[in-house]
Amino acid sequence: MPTPDEMAYYRQEELLEIDYRPPERGWMDTPVDFRRGSYIYPGKAKMLEILGLPNPRDWAVTDEDWKLPDNWKQIVLEGMAERLRKYRSFKVFMDSCVRCGACADKCHFFIGGGDPKNMPVLRSELLRSVYRKDFTALGKVLGKLGGARELTVDVIKEWFYYFYQCTECRRCSVFCPFGIDTAEITMMGRELLGLLGIYVNWVIEPVANCYRYGNHLGIQPHGLLDTLEFMADDIEEATGIRVDIPMNKKGAEILFVTPSGDFVADPGIFTCMGYMLLFHELGLDYTWSSYASEGGNFGLFTSHEMIKRLNAKIYAEAKRLGVKWILGGECGHMWRVLHQYMDTVNGPADFLEVPRSPITGTVFENARSTKMVHIMEFVADLIHHGKLKLRPERNDYVRVTFHDSCNPARAMGLLEEPRYVLRHVCNHFYEMPENTIREQTFCCGGGAGLGTDENMEMRLRGGLPRGAAVRYVQEKYGVNRLAAICAIDRATLVTVCDYWAPGVKVTGITELVANAMVFEGEHERKVDLRLEPIPGMEGEQESEGSGSDE
Amino acid sequence: MNVLISLAAVVVLFLVGLLGGLPVLDIVFGILLPYAALAVFLGGLVYRVLGYARVPVPFRITTTCGQEKSLPWIRQAKLDNPSSIWGVIGRMALEVLCFRSLLRNTRTRLLEGGRLAYATSLTLWLAAMAFHWSMLVILIRHLRLFTQPVPGAVQWLQDVDGFLEVGVPVIYLSTLVFLVALAYLFLRRAVNPQLRYISLLDDYLLLFLLLGIGLSGFSLRHLIKTDIVAVKELTLGLATFRGVSLATLGTISPLFFGHLFLVCALLAYFPFSKLVHMIGIFLSPTRNLANNNRMVRHVNPWDYPVKVHTYEEYEDELREKMKAAGIPVEKE
Ligand code: SF4
Ligand code: SF4
Repeated sequence: MPTPDEMAYYRQEELLEIDYRPPERGWMDTPVDFRRGSYIYPGKAKMLEILGLPNPRDWAVTDEDWKLPDNWKQIVLEGMAERLRKYRSFKVFMDSCVRCGACADKCHFFIGGGDPKNMPVLRSELLRSVYRKDFTALGKVLGKLGGARELTVDVIKEWFYYFYQCTECRRCSVFCPFGIDTAEITMMGRELLGLLGIYVNWVIEPVANCYRYGNHLGIQPHGLLDTLEFMADDIEEATGIRVDIPMNKKGAEILFVTPSGDFVADPGIFTCMGYMLLFHELGLDYTWSSYASEGGNFGLFTSHEMIKRLNAKIYAEAKRLGVKWILGGECGHMWRVLHQYMDTVNGPADFLEVPRSPITGTVFENARSTKMVHIMEFVADLIHHGKLKLRPERNDYVRVTFHDSCNPARAMGLLEEPRYVLRHVCNHFYEMPENTIREQTFCCGGGAGLGTDENMEMRLRGGLPRGAAVRYVQEKYGVNRLAAICAIDRATLVTVCDYWAPGVKVTGITELVANAMVFEGEHERKVDLRLEPIPGMEGEQESEGSGSDE
Repeated sequence: MNVLISLAAVVVLFLVGLLGGLPVLDIVFGILLPYAALAVFLGGLVYRVLGYARVPVPFRITTTCGQEKSLPWIRQAKLDNPSSIWGVIGRMALEVLCFRSLLRNTRTRLLEGGRLAYATSLTLWLAAMAFHWSMLVILIRHLRLFTQPVPGAVQWLQDVDGFLEVGVPVIYLSTLVFLVALAYLFLRRAVNPQLRYISLLDDYLLLFLLLGIGLSGFSLRHLIKTDIVAVKELTLGLATFRGVSLATLGTISPLFFGHLFLVCALLAYFPFSKLVHMIGIFLSPTRNLANNNRMVRHVNPWDYPVKVHTYEEYEDELREKMKAAGIPVEKE
């Protein structure tokens, strides 16, 4: 018998019996139901200790007593007051919602689950109701009638449940007439919970690992080198080329940083192999770093302070190694941090130079302050200047669609670069329906630290909108690959596709780039980077016409 | 429940307002309360604005809704993802004047077998536009009561608004649109189960207040007419701080005072209600900041140093392993 941690436990017909009608009872009187498969295990005491976080202890979500400090209420209310003084976003978002409901059916968790507290507006009300009670005159006077409620332990439990059922994807904020960003409110809610020592282990263990060893997985330097060596072996088998692995190399021109998810798990590793091949072919003077071996930043899912603590390594390492600028790999939340937070929390990076592609000479003016360029910007520029020798027909067996990862789409606007690259390395590229891509893209359902198996029910539910869109193009165009520029996607969408659109595999774009690239001195390419035979290329012949057929 | 309480509250307010028709009380309802309400309204708004202005914006967290500015040959969505101040102004203008974000609204439906359909849904946008714009027109039209001579623009707007030329005196289009839009917004809230679930007293109260104001205003003009010359004397007196004679006050009908009192209630309640979204829309950091994060550094005024794990600490712990693997180290 499968357990609630496994996909097979959930029958599609049952999951799809979604009742969008809210219950009779008002939401303030509806307690949370911690059913297995829909919540995440708490952070272990050891992890909190490594990070010096408050109230380390071992506990379980289903315990009656969460072992909160005696003055927990005061801690939370003071924490709220402090954040209302520090973040205009928080204060404005607390006051401005008109409950128009435009955001309600925009959240993948509501669409896939129907729980009214997963409507972004109600998720925010969970916190807003306490704000009204303790920080507004009217709430004090009117109480429940005014939408205000007392902060109790049950409220804390409810916050925990629903703030860890938000992937901070910001889709709701696109539709809100005031740009109210429920992700921001979730971040505040998680910070407040953190003050009481309430974290989930799926987030806080990677944070502790990253703090200590430089990456979420806790890979130590020699292990990292080994891992990359293994990939180099596979690369050699696929292409006949032996790539170098520059590690912690002082004086390199470029520091390359990518999410550590790409070091270990299939299909992320193929993207990582793609980077290595690409840099080798370009003769790029770059280096990996073992100390800054994580581009991702689970601090984003923890607190603003933790963002800064983890992110500090990147500039510190760039400085120590004396590089000129930084190149970043394919990742989603990583790019939200690099784009929207890094320069503010750890800049100015005045010891670096404005990034300039050594191959094309292009100066990346859009990164002139932060000095960090996205691999898709870098590659799109290479292709635009005709610097890559490409044979897209090698990818003809791939019928690909592109999933915009939430953060590059809604916290950056990196929409065209990946598409431009895809169109040049694949002949068969199909877009999903327009309400599910670009700024309206749907989350994988497992971002912001939710992508763990014990949360399987919510992942499958949250993955429904994306899964349905994938299945649509699968049925319509025979799509068999889903490309995503995000390491979390490459882990979570595998499950989403297996469940909602079986037969579609997940890939990074750089993997497809490397498969299409012709390398100097390569042997006959019979297998792709997955070491799977390339259909039609078993005996490589010159290709006949290769027009794009979108 | 919330519906009934708010409806009752507005009815009571209206009835209380009618008392203004009585001698002496007309001074309270016609002169003192309007000034008081206006003071609370203005004071409250200033307080709110200052309150927000005092809170810093530590991070630039723009929600981007289109292509970023990156390579010169890639076309940027200058309004949905602005990188310059002009782009931001354009984006904000679209938000404030056209409710751009509501224009994106879709309705999601779950179909057979887990298929999902997204249908463009513009009714909310339409109702919101209709309501806000008609209210603005009505407010401007009311300027004729506070000015002498009436500015040409106000007169012109009034003429345009009455172009239907139905009824005597003519029925203004804005009044109809206002009432219909409000009725729709109320029905939507009361009928849609999800909306009903999230709605608070505040939401219904404001709708009923506005409806009450609209209906009483409509009645004043078309059904139970009052001495409009006297009303103008009062309003002009209020606007110019010149006061008004008791005799004039006495000729104004109770209905007018009911109307006026509801307006006063709305004004006084404004700064404490969700109506502060009028300020919020200008101050929302996801909309009013340029997405130029990697070009121009954003400074956090309360930034503070944090505990980090330095490279030295890292190497001290792992030096032997690094050396064994041939990875360069700082200290041998
Ligand atoms: S769209 Fe914005 S204003 Fe409307 S209910 Fe949602 S958060 Fe509130
Ligand atoms: S940020 Fe995403 S997950 Fe969170 S409430 Fe909004 S739409 Fe839902």
